[in-house]
Amino acid sequence: MNWNSIVTIYLKELKDSLRDRRTLISMIVVPTLIIPVLSIGVGTIMSKVIQQARQEATSVIILHGEDSPGVVAALKADKKFRLVAPEGDYKQLISDKKVRVAVDLPPGFEAALRDGRPQTVTIYHYEGELKSGIGAGELERFFRAQRDRTVEARLAQRGLPVDLVKPYEIKRQNVAPPEKVGGNAFGGFIPYIIIILSFSGAMYPAIDLTAGEKERGTMETLLCSPVNRLNIVLGKFLMVLTASLTTILLTLASMAVSAAVGIMSFSGGAAAGAKAAEAGTIPLIDPLGVFGVVVMTAPVAVLFAALLLAVALFAKSYKEAQSYVSPMIIVVIMPAVLGMLPGIELTAKTALVPILSLSLVCKEMLSGVWHWPYIGLIFASSVVYASLALGFCVRQFNREDVMFRT
Amino acid sequence: MIEAQHLTKTFHDKKRGLITAVADVSFTCRPGQIYGLLGANGAGKTTTLRLLATLLKPTSGTARLAGFDTLAEPGRVRANVGFLAASTALYGRLTAREMITYFGRLNGMAEDAIAARLKQLADELDMHEFLDRRCEKFSTGMKQKTSIARTLIHDPAVMIFDEPTLGLDVMTARSIVKFVRDCRDRGRTVIYSTHVMSEVEKLCDIVGIIHNGRLVAEGSLPELRQRFGQTDMEEIFVQAVGGEAELIAAMKN
Repeated sequence: MNWNSIVTIYLKELKDSLRDRRTLISMIVVPTLIIPVLSIGVGTIMSKVIQQARQEATSVIILHGEDSPGVVAALKADKKFRLVAPEGDYKQLISDKKVRVAVDLPPGFEAALRDGRPQTVTIYHYEGELKSGIGAGELERFFRAQRDRTVEARLAQRGLPVDLVKPYEIKRQNVAPPEKVGGNAFGGFIPYIIIILSFSGAMYPAIDLTAGEKERGTMETLLCSPVNRLNIVLGKFLMVLTASLTTILLTLASMAVSAAVGIMSFSGGAAAGAKAAEAGTIPLIDPLGVFGVVVMTAPVAVLFAALLLAVALFAKSYKEAQSYVSPMIIVVIMPAVLGMLPGIELTAKTALVPILSLSLVCKEMLSGVWHWPYIGLIFASSVVYASLALGFCVRQFNREDVMFRT
Repeated sequence: MIEAQHLTKTFHDKKRGLITAVADVSFTCRPGQIYGLLGANGAGKTTTLRLLATLLKPTSGTARLAGFDTLAEPGRVRANVGFLAASTALYGRLTAREMITYFGRLNGMAEDAIAARLKQLADELDMHEFLDRRCEKFSTGMKQKTSIARTLIHDPAVMIFDEPTLGLDVMTARSIVKFVRDCRDRGRTVIYSTHVMSEVEKLCDIVGIIHNGRLVAEGSLPELRQRFGQTDMEEIFVQAVGGEAELIAAMKN
């Protein structure tokens, strides 16, 4: 091993890659843009759509309201509702999204209320449709308030206290610190994104530095130099690893920026955002957990870089290499997705499954759980897999039938 | 000096089984000489040259270049060889200066030595105008000059040329031929593979005719003319490989 040669090759590959548009896009543009676009862009649009749907008055058809003028008048007076005359089939109108909801008042509803006879009010809505769902909720709240007022009036008539029907209150109190809440909420998502981007970040340089060189005829030029193959592999490998790690770090940085921007816009300013985070109303991510994720991802990035180099080297052209490497994404995504599912836990067995183990341990670390024996086992097994892959890669570079495949 | 000793190279092919690309090839080329390796496509020229440049390992036999054995010290062999082939291209995203400097560094040269040698080569090859432009935008002539400078940056004692004029226009091909002659005149050991008969007649001091991986005839041009009773190189070549029918059969394989 000659570090001078390795560094010379590495620096040349770095310069060469930084001048390659495809590598730049996969290494820098995708990780810096994908997270803000996903979280801020899509999130903002979603929240705006929902907000708008909430602000808009709910269009309601009242069925059989003729003998309940009080209720109809109360609905009409409420700005949240816009009464629509019942023309045509109300079910069809709801299905066609022309009307959000319909409410069926039983015949003689108000008279039955006065007499104390039990009644059922039916709300018709379209399951799964956002605006109809919001409308049904508003309507339910309206009738619940009406019912509570009726109960209170009846109790007052009989000289009884309100507590009689509400002997105690029920309250939920969160005990999880904000960073644990964040870890549980995003613990599966963050490693998933990082695993995929560390792979995709390494993909293009790995192809460019192997099959790309073969196709352009520069591989043979390089092999003519006195540098031995091991040093050539290591120089190229370090470049691919750099691309992968850069992708991870940029992803994390853009996640942090997106989160900060998100919190600020959510709570209306930096100071208010910090206060909300402290109070636990906004989920936080433990920075130590993020550091753990980076450390644990490093050997997996080595594994990806070495495997991608070895596989892409086998191809004669860029296109052929792409057809070998693209299906590998599925192999990477599957265990990463499995790790996000509830019920799949970290055990001695799953700790030995590459990628899945990373996904699981990251989820734990981000929610503040540190199972040191597992962390050690996963790191060690990842290092072993990465070394095997690097060994395989060096072997491929020394194979004449791979290097000079025709 | 190049001394090939019983070089043999076999490959396994899934369809055709065991293929002998080079069989028991031995020859010697001295400093200040051009050895021409003449053969049809697929005769074993490129494999022989790759064996000499240590890009491939021989199945048996060995070779010594500039005093170093290809099996025992492949790195030192490459440090003393300049290899130029149609298949040795340039890095398109690097400038000519970066490309040549990179190969100087890979040869373990110091930065000031690289700069001095680069200036000398750029003067000789008239490269200053495009030295700081990216190779991907070069004309064929500029590419060839850059490749030549790349092979010469470490001042190698042995030069290996594998069909360097393949696919080039006449003017560029002529400049390559002139450059090969310059190499010989400066005392380098030169091996030159081609299937162009006129290039052999113009350039080579010794000619080795290779056919089906075997060296079937070898000698200076006057020696070969005398041996085969022909003056035309093409006729000599056809006779040496065993006649037209044999040549056609070998090409089909």
